[in-house]
Amino acid sequence: MLNIEDIKHFAKLARIGMTEEDLNKFSGDLSAVLDWIKQLEEVDVANISPTFRTDGLNNVFREDIVATFKKEEKIVELFPEKKNNYDKVRSVL
Amino acid sequence: MLKELHKKLVEGETTSEKLTEEYLLKIENADKNIGAYLTITKELAIAQAKKIDEKIKSGKTIGILEGIPGAIKDNICIEGVRTTAASKILDNYNAPYDATVIKKLKEAGSVFLGKTNLDEFAMGSSTENSAYGVTKNPHDLGRVSGGSSGGSAAAVAADLAVWALGSDTGGSIRQPASFCGVVGLKPTYGRVSRYGLLAMASSLDQIGPITKTVEDAAIILSVISGMDKQDATSAHSSEKAYEKYLTGGVDDLKIGIVKEHIESLNGEMRKSLEKTIEKYKKLGADIIEIELPYSHYALPVYYIIQPCEVSSNLARFDGIKYGLCFNDNKDGEIKDNELPKKLLETYLDSRQYGFGSEVKRRIMLGTYALSAGYYDAYYKRAQKVRTLIRKDFEKAFSRVDLILTPTTPEPAFKIGDKTADPLNMYLADIFTITANIIGVPAISVPSEVIEFEKTKLPFGFQLLGKWFDEETVLRGAHNYEINK
Repeated sequence: MLNIEDIKHFAKLARIGMTEEDLNKFSGDLSAVLDWIKQLEEVDVANISPTFRTDGLNNVFREDIVATFKKEEKIVELFPEKKNNYDKVRSVL
Repeated sequence: MLKELHKKLVEGETTSEKLTEEYLLKIENADKNIGAYLTITKELAIAQAKKIDEKIKSGKTIGILEGIPGAIKDNICIEGVRTTAASKILDNYNAPYDATVIKKLKEAGSVFLGKTNLDEFAMGSSTENSAYGVTKNPHDLGRVSGGSSGGSAAAVAADLAVWALGSDTGGSIRQPASFCGVVGLKPTYGRVSRYGLLAMASSLDQIGPITKTVEDAAIILSVISGMDKQDATSAHSSEKAYEKYLTGGVDDLKIGIVKEHIESLNGEMRKSLEKTIEKYKKLGADIIEIELPYSHYALPVYYIIQPCEVSSNLARFDGIKYGLCFNDNKDGEIKDNELPKKLLETYLDSRQYGFGSEVKRRIMLGTYALSAGYYDAYYKRAQKVRTLIRKDFEKAFSRVDLILTPTTPEPAFKIGDKTADPLNMYLADIFTITANIIGVPAISVPSEVIEFEKTKLPFGFQLLGKWFDEETVLRGAHNYEINK
C-alpha cells in the first residue's frame, strides 16, 4: 500500500507536479496495480538469469566518427525559449 | 489490394494523384465520425503522388507500393510534420527528421495521407487515452477501435487509407486490428528499425503494418524491415521480399494450441476460434496441444518492465529542450529542496499539464519499481520470470512451427466501459503481450464476423511464429485468408 507521502516522494523523483486530488488518485491506482503484480512472488526464480533483451545482441559497436547533423536550425526552432541560437534555461543557481 | 491498385496505376486506369484525392475526400467526409486522423498531410501527399505520376508517364517501371496512399501512426516521425504521440506535451512538435521506416517508405515511393490517432505515447488499449479524443470503431461507432494503434486500424478498416503503420509494445497493432477486422503484424523484435519511433518501452517496441490483406502486410514488411545503423538493436537479417513466401499450403505445418486459451473464451468467441482450428485441420495442418505454464505471468511481467522503461524514456520530456514548457508560478504539493525552485517548477508543471493520467500512472509505477530497495523485488524478478516464459516458448517451438491463439478475449468493447478501471483495461492484452515479452513475430487475422451483445463485430485470431520466421507466420495467415 502506497500512502500519500510515498506518492509525493515518487512524484518528486519522477518530476511530476501533483494536486492533492492527484495524490489520492495515484495512491489508490498504484496500490491496486502493485497488489496484482504481487502474484509474481509465487514464481520460483532461484538460479534463473534475467532476460533484459530478447535479441541476443550485446555491446553493438560502431566506428567513432563525427557526423554533422544538417538540420540544426530545426532543432533550434523547437527550443521553448531561446536567446541567439542557444536554448534558454531558467536559473539553476 | 496493393497489387490490384498497382496494376491500375501501371495500366493507366487511374493516377496516383486521382487515387490520393479520392482518399483525401473520403477522409474529409467520413473521419468526422471516426476520428482516425490527427493530422492530414494533404500537400505532402499530393506532391508525392504527382512525382509518381510523372515517373509512370515517362515510361519508367514503378514499385509495388509506389503512388499508393497510406497512413502513419502519430508516434513515428516524418520530417516537417507535426508528431504528437497524442500527447499535449508534444502538441507543437514538428519532427526535425524522418524515422528510418519513413525514409524507406519514401524511397519506395509511397504516399502519406496523414498521421493517425493513438493512446498517448501508445499506452493503452482503446485510444481513449489520446489527448485529442477517442477513435471510434467503424463497425460500431459506440465502440472503441482498440489501441494503441486504433487510428491506423480504423483508417484501414473504413478505407480511409490503403495501408497503415502502427507500433506494437504489448499488442498495439494486433488488438486494434482484431477489433476493426483488419490484418496487423508485429514483426520479430529487431526486424524493423525503431529509429524515429518515439520510444516507449525500448525492449518491447516494434513497428509493423496494418493492412486489408496478409499479402499487403508482407509487402509493407519487405519495405520497412532491415538492419539500421541508427538502431543498435536492429538485427542483422537479410532483406527479403516476404510476399514471395506466401505460396504453398499449410499441410507441412505443425500448429500448437493451448487448451486453457480456448476454455477461457465464452460463447461466440469460443465457437469462432474452434472453427478456425477446424479450418487449419481441413487445410492439412497438424494441430498439436502444447503447454505454456508460465505464460499467464506475462501480463504482470509486462506491467513491471514496461513502466520501468517508460519512466526512463519519458524523462526526456522536461519542458526544456522541446515540447510543452509551462510554469504556473503556483506552489504545488511536490517539493525538492535540493533543486533550484524555478528550474524544478519547469519540470513539475510541464509534466503535470503535458502528460495524461495513464502516462503519469506508468511513469510513477516505473519510478517506484526502479527506485532504491525495490529494483531486485520488481524489475529483476520480472526479468527472471521473462526468462521462464521464453523457455516455455522455446520448448513449444521445438515441437510446432506456429502457435494459434485468440487475439483478444472479446471483440471491441464500448467506449467508456473500461476507463474507470485501469487493471481491467490491461487485461485486454492478455493474449498479445507474450509476443513482445519474448520478441517473436505475431499476426492478427480477421476470422468471420461474430454476433456479440446483439451486434455483428469482427473478431481476430493470432498466429505466433519462431524468432525471425515471419515467412511461416505470413504463409499460415495467408492460407486461412484465401480459404475463408
